[in-house]
Amino acid sequence: MIKRSSWSIPYLVFMLVFVVLPLLLIVLYAFQDATGRFTFSNITHFFSDSDSLSTFAVSIEVAIENTLICILLGYPAAWILANQKYNSSAVTVVLFLMPMWINALMRTLATAELFDMLDVPLGKGTLLFGMAYDFLPFMIYPIYNTLKKMDKSYAEAAEDLGAAPWTVFWKITVPLSLPGVMSGVLMVFMPTVSTFAISEFLTNNKIKLFGTIIQENINSSMWNYGAALAFIMLVIIGITTLFQGADQTDAEGGVI
Amino acid sequence: MKKVLAKCYIWLLLAMLYAPLLFIAVFSFTESRVMGSWAGFSLKLYQNLFSGNVSGGTALLSAVENTILIALIAAAFSMVLGTVAAIGIYNLKGRARRTMQFLNNIPMINPDIITGVSLFLLFVFLRFSQGYVTVVLAHITFCTPYVVLSVMPKLSQMNPNIYEAALDLGATPAQALWKVLVPELRPGMISGFMMAFTMSLDDFAVTFFTRGTIGLDTLSTYIYADARKGGLTPELRPLMTLIFLVVLVLLIIINIRATRSKKATE
Repeated sequence: MIKRSSWSIPYLVFMLVFVVLPLLLIVLYAFQDATGRFTFSNITHFFSDSDSLSTFAVSIEVAIENTLICILLGYPAAWILANQKYNSSAVTVVLFLMPMWINALMRTLATAELFDMLDVPLGKGTLLFGMAYDFLPFMIYPIYNTLKKMDKSYAEAAEDLGAAPWTVFWKITVPLSLPGVMSGVLMVFMPTVSTFAISEFLTNNKIKLFGTIIQENINSSMWNYGAALAFIMLVIIGITTLFQGADQTDAEGGVI
Repeated sequence: MKKVLAKCYIWLLLAMLYAPLLFIAVFSFTESRVMGSWAGFSLKLYQNLFSGNVSGGTALLSAVENTILIALIAAAFSMVLGTVAAIGIYNLKGRARRTMQFLNNIPMINPDIITGVSLFLLFVFLRFSQGYVTVVLAHITFCTPYVVLSVMPKLSQMNPNIYEAALDLGATPAQALWKVLVPELRPGMISGFMMAFTMSLDDFAVTFFTRGTIGLDTLSTYIYADARKGGLTPELRPLMTLIFLVVLVLLIIINIRATRSKKATE
């Protein structure tokens, strides 16, 4: 009888072709010029091009701000939702996740038009607002999940030993929920840097994010420079995932 | 008092989150070209949508058709590939298992644009002409990891001996697979399928990079092109409102059933 571990082989082959090889191709194209010769010029071009660099800086800035906004708005919401005292129905949680099932572009366009109708000028403020709309569910859900699974006896023990509710929250609840916050950050930060379309729609083309310049280069057949920009992003993802550690899969498993 | 504050906060946040969706819904009942200007109550847009008489021709309706078809095909393939893979990975040990799990995580960690660009380069490199097939392949790539993740827990909950028992009692491996393994894994397979289906429906970036130049549009790429041309097709408003209602009703039903069956087992 064949061993059942061999059942992973088709998927291994599939991933080698459709996950690993494509990523290697990003690296390959990033270090080639248009004629296929090895070069560092794509990378050096990025670091000497003030346009690309400022787009990069703006993207990181917007992503940090968006992540902070999502934590500030999302953590209290997740905490309330996970707390039996304040919320006993699972339907409220579903209501928070539900917008994820509606086309993100359509939601974004509606947000932009809503601002338009209210005479709010499109710009940085509306961008952050719209981004928070799009990413808030991705922050709330993992935090909610860790809070829900958390062993309540730690908090109870702290209370019994005389800790004030505020101390219990800061010394027990927050540290224990950090893995959830971390996977929320992972699901918000890099996707914000890499969005394209959304930022243009929300700012009337005033603010470009990193994803947009990757898309522009690829679409105007500047594959090598586009690949170099994607490579730079891959490096950042690699670094953030290393910081994150390996054990985030539990927190994420199962979005429904 | 605290409870009232907590409730207020939650509902305020939900109101903000739903404002754009309500905005679409409200303006689906008027004929005006753009959202934000009310031109009297009318069901004309709904009529147009159902009679297929959409402004801009059949492009919107065929985009909807493509979106659903691609999502169904990609989710079905992902479900089979992911389930087989999960059984395999579950039976692996040590380093081989960790490597497979690491590879499985990559498409989930990568932002859409990286997945899209990398697959675009793959198809260019292999000189594979881009269209329907490449979009489906790309969707299978980012959907399968979610199937693997939802089938794995079912494998660890399962009693490993029952499969062997079926074999000992004379079942062929195929029978043991269909009569024992698949029924045990079915809940995980279904939730994996649903997740894959919704991921595929919602995708924009990966489709955008892998659809080639044959004019294949899904709902996302259609909306993108429409918005860049200036002015959304008005019939998108009733379409989105209907999708919204269907999803809302489905999610609430699923959830009420889930809590009921949970209470029943407790």
